[in-house]
Amino acid sequence: MLRKGIVLAAALGLALAGASAQAATTHKEPKDVHWSFEGPFGKFDQAQLQRGYKVYREVCATCHSMNLVSFRNLAQPGGPFYDPKYKNPNESPYVKALAKDYQVDDIDSETGDPVKRPATAADHFPSPYANTAAAAAGNGGAAPPDLSVMAKAREGGPAYIYSILTGYEAPPAGLKAGPTQHYNPYMSGDLGSYWSGDKHKTPEGGFIAMPPPLTADKVTYDDGTKATVEQEAKDVAAFLMWAAEPKMVERKQVGFAVMIYLIAFAGLLYASYRRVWRNQSH
Amino acid sequence: MSGHSTYEPKTAFTRWLDTRLPIVRLGYDSFVDYPTPRNLNYWWTFGGILSLCLGLQIVSGVVLAMHYDPSAGHAFASVESIMRDVNYGWLIRYLHANGASMFLLAVYIHIFRGLYYGSYKAPREVLWILGCVIYLLMMATAFMGYVLPWGQMSFHGAVVITNLLGAFPVVGDAITTWLWGGFAVDNPTLNRFFSLHYLLPFMIAGVVVLHIWALHVTGQNNPTGVDPKSKADTVPFTPYATVKDGFGMVLFLILFAAFVFFNPNAMGHADNYIPANPLVTPAHIVPEWYFLPFYAILRAVPDKLGGVLLMFGAIGMLFILPWLDTSKVRSMRYRPTARLFFFIFLAACLVLGWCGGNLPDDMVIKVGETDAGPIGLNFVWLSRIATFYYFAYFLVILPVLGLREKPLPVPESISSPVLAGDHSKKD
Repeated sequence: MLRKGIVLAAALGLALAGASAQAATTHKEPKDVHWSFEGPFGKFDQAQLQRGYKVYREVCATCHSMNLVSFRNLAQPGGPFYDPKYKNPNESPYVKALAKDYQVDDIDSETGDPVKRPATAADHFPSPYANTAAAAAGNGGAAPPDLSVMAKAREGGPAYIYSILTGYEAPPAGLKAGPTQHYNPYMSGDLGSYWSGDKHKTPEGGFIAMPPPLTADKVTYDDGTKATVEQEAKDVAAFLMWAAEPKMVERKQVGFAVMIYLIAFAGLLYASYRRVWRNQSH
Repeated sequence: MSGHSTYEPKTAFTRWLDTRLPIVRLGYDSFVDYPTPRNLNYWWTFGGILSLCLGLQIVSGVVLAMHYDPSAGHAFASVESIMRDVNYGWLIRYLHANGASMFLLAVYIHIFRGLYYGSYKAPREVLWILGCVIYLLMMATAFMGYVLPWGQMSFHGAVVITNLLGAFPVVGDAITTWLWGGFAVDNPTLNRFFSLHYLLPFMIAGVVVLHIWALHVTGQNNPTGVDPKSKADTVPFTPYATVKDGFGMVLFLILFAAFVFFNPNAMGHADNYIPANPLVTPAHIVPEWYFLPFYAILRAVPDKLGGVLLMFGAIGMLFILPWLDTSKVRSMRYRPTARLFFFIFLAACLVLGWCGGNLPDDMVIKVGETDAGPIGLNFVWLSRIATFYYFAYFLVILPVLGLREKPLPVPESISSPVLAGDHSKKD
């Protein structure tokens, strides 16, 4: 009787469900990218991180902040400028040289006056704008998001970043984009109200306020790698993954040791269990 | 079981202590000599696993609290600073965050084990209700803990859940304001959630002591549901149960470590790595996986107050379950009809979780397309069906079935089927 009731309820549900407004937010699935840091043994490719840092510094950092990362982080184990010769990342000459090029705000401890001084390895990456309102004002009303944990803050992570950077397309005929709107099928959005074509065929994706940031040879790689848009996007996505999860390689290495320990321990306990219970029926 | 104590102090000091504070005797009687049914299967190792989870959460949480800054302006950055600048901070934080999921996973297995083997029936009603209290406290703790990183999901999840209390007539708004410490979720809310998130685990630990006390008064249930009748039915807790529990715990830790070290964000939501912004609402506010079934029940009801009442009612069912199930037979091993309904109930709970993670209007089965949109079975209706079954299981099926079903013959004692070598019924 109960089972009949369930069938009845199901039928009722089917009948009443009817038509309903659809949540129309769509986006294309991120492209399939192979990363050196994939899988349980994956590691960051240091040369790629250095290239990615260059793209970040010369392109992204003109608008985006990266508040959680300090210069010293670059020289930590696993970082783009790690050198085993310098155990203390603050003493890395590469990082000191990189930091020195930036001027950061400080207070003169003698007079209390606001001053500018060259950044040190211990300083956080300086923001391109004084505050969020200035960042928004300089970018058509939308402040560029901070990139510190961007690679963890979007579904798909680095593949999503790569897909956005390489995914810009001319809007299909029938899609009306505003002056600060750029069509990108990998960006999540609802284009229904901008679409004048067949309403069952609204294009996937959404508008992004950021104009296409990368072009071929936008940066000149020090290691001679050819700077295509794909190469730049891949390198900077890898760098952003490192910035979001700088301890990832250490984590996986510790994890490997922990797994070996736990599996050996489990084997030992199972053997003990069999031995303890050998004369007991259960 | 509270019986005659066989502890004999062996040294002059333990003899002296035993007449003043018999704490060694208590430990010996509870965890060494304590008679354990000999037929407990691996589902019974989850009690020990849960104690391990609670211990790990408290230890990792106390260390996190040393580095965490519970203010709206700094909470997000302080969590990230734990991940970057604190020695092994990434390990402590990922242990704690994934530990919550593992804890809830273990407690769900523990609860369903109790449901299947009838561990809530006389004389274990108080033991069961204490377990339900622990579960409630765990949910509150997990919810408040999720708010602490002050990401987008933390913030908007807190807004959605605290607003539910506003559904209660007359007092609702006052309660919400009181809970928030203001007129919106803000810094005072975060401060008090941190305070309570630190307090509740110790309340859990207190109720766990009562739970174990009640367990040691009534004795453990077992897969046959038959009470131990003689020495032949039991084995001493140590070494028999200790070694089996230990093995179960390490297997559980392997699963735990797989998440912590190789996929630490799999059970979280990407949006929670965006700092909280009251002015931007995430496209889909979804709770953590362990709340999804209740979220589905909440959304299954078109009326807000009705949804809230039904959601709390779903947990309330567990509290009154000992008096809803009318069957005298504890274990579903001997109740083939009830077993079928139990597995449908398990499926209904999983379906509710699935519904909770999807948009109510999305289609499960699409049968056609009209100008107004597709037609078919959508998630909200699927969750209504599953919610209906959830309540029917407790309020109709268990009470009626206990009176009408014909159970299989129950063994005389635990040792009779065990010693007869009947392994066909091992589950």
